Amino acid sequence: MSELLRIPADRFEVNLPRLAAMLLLTATCGVHAAEAPGRAVAHDQERGNCLACHRIPADPAAETLATMGPPLENIRQRFPDRTQLRQRIWDARAFNPETIMPPYGRHRILTEQEIDQVVDYLHGL
Amino acid sequence: MIVSSALRRILPTLVTVAAMLVAAPTNAAPEDDRGAMVRMFQSRFPGVPLDDYVYGGLMFNAAARRHYEDIMAFPPFEPDLDRGKALWETPFRNGRTYADCLPDGGRMIAGRYPTYDAQAKRLVTFEMLLNDCRSNNGEAAYRFDDRDTMGVLTAYARSLSDGMRMDIRVDSPEALARYESGKALFHRRIGQMNFSCANCHVTNAGKIMRMETVSPALGQATHFPVFRGGDSLYTLHARYTRCMQQVRAQPFAMGSDAFNDLEYFHSYLSNGLPLKASVYRR
Repeated sequence: MSELLRIPADRFEVNLPRLAAMLLLTATCGVHAAEAPGRAVAHDQERGNCLACHRIPADPAAETLATMGPPLENIRQRFPDRTQLRQRIWDARAFNPETIMPPYGRHRILTEQEIDQVVDYLHGL
Repeated sequence: MIVSSALRRILPTLVTVAAMLVAAPTNAAPEDDRGAMVRMFQSRFPGVPLDDYVYGGLMFNAAARRHYEDIMAFPPFEPDLDRGKALWETPFRNGRTYADCLPDGGRMIAGRYPTYDAQAKRLVTFEMLLNDCRSNNGEAAYRFDDRDTMGVLTAYARSLSDGMRMDIRVDSPEALARYESGKALFHRRIGQMNFSCANCHVTNAGKIMRMETVSPALGQATHFPVFRGGDSLYTLHARYTRCMQQVRAQPFAMGSDAFNDLEYFHSYLSNGLPLKASVYRR
């Protein structure tokens, strides 16, 4: 609750659906959520914040209408090699210098472990 | 001196181009920038009237636009505008007022700022103009980041220029230098998240970030301050600050040269669009 109270007023509106989704998720499949730390990292606005730019159609808890980046779907088919997926999260500029994907590894937005967890989550969708 | 034959062939052309550059009005480069951006957005969003760009992300969504019109009929931020009006109307201790001090009584002028003052050799924003009035009449200047003074004052004072078309001039090499500095900042990637202004508000304008449509850079400078959520006052520089925080960069100070330069470039892009200050945004 203390974290909720610290959310700036201008972001509160955006947070309500997310909060509802989180509560629903906790109520219905709290155990699974706990088993998928990568989901928490990916959905957390202060960490991965993936939902700001990407939809994740296979995850009903991923409440977003985002179209900034491509939807995160068919990940296993698109990246059979997990290393490639990891590199794109770590610094996607290696593949496209013009990308707006934040360099999560190089700029230390996430820890190496958190990046591994997000790769696990996306690959497990 | 040996001049290669190729160079000799193109030399007359080079001389002509150089002469044109010297003779061309200084507005040429900014006008090319603005024209290119207008054409780019109009080809990407065909059929949207240019004036609609002042609605930002609302221009893409009729329902959101109706919601906006409903709120603007009875704006929840009316008390802030009233406080701004009171500040505007209260005479300085010497008896003079902002209206006495500003060009044209302060009406229909905001779209001319920022402007480069060649004599004082400085770029002057509308808020600096308000503070100049205060200083010239023996009053202490307001802080640019104080919403309860400069914030509400400019929210009211800018509304006296509603309907005026943005009319920013870049008419000297010194002015152009400030414009180019703002343009460079607009395109510079900054912060831990590594975003430039252009990354979102040019390249990805019209796309959705989480739940909100990203507004195009064109038109943005016409409608500040905004009241986000209905009562949270953001001057243009406060919005720049918020953007920088969102990309996890250390924000420049409100009223700093960096933000003034950015405002100069940013406002020029909206030349010809109608001003409407103090509007609701989600």
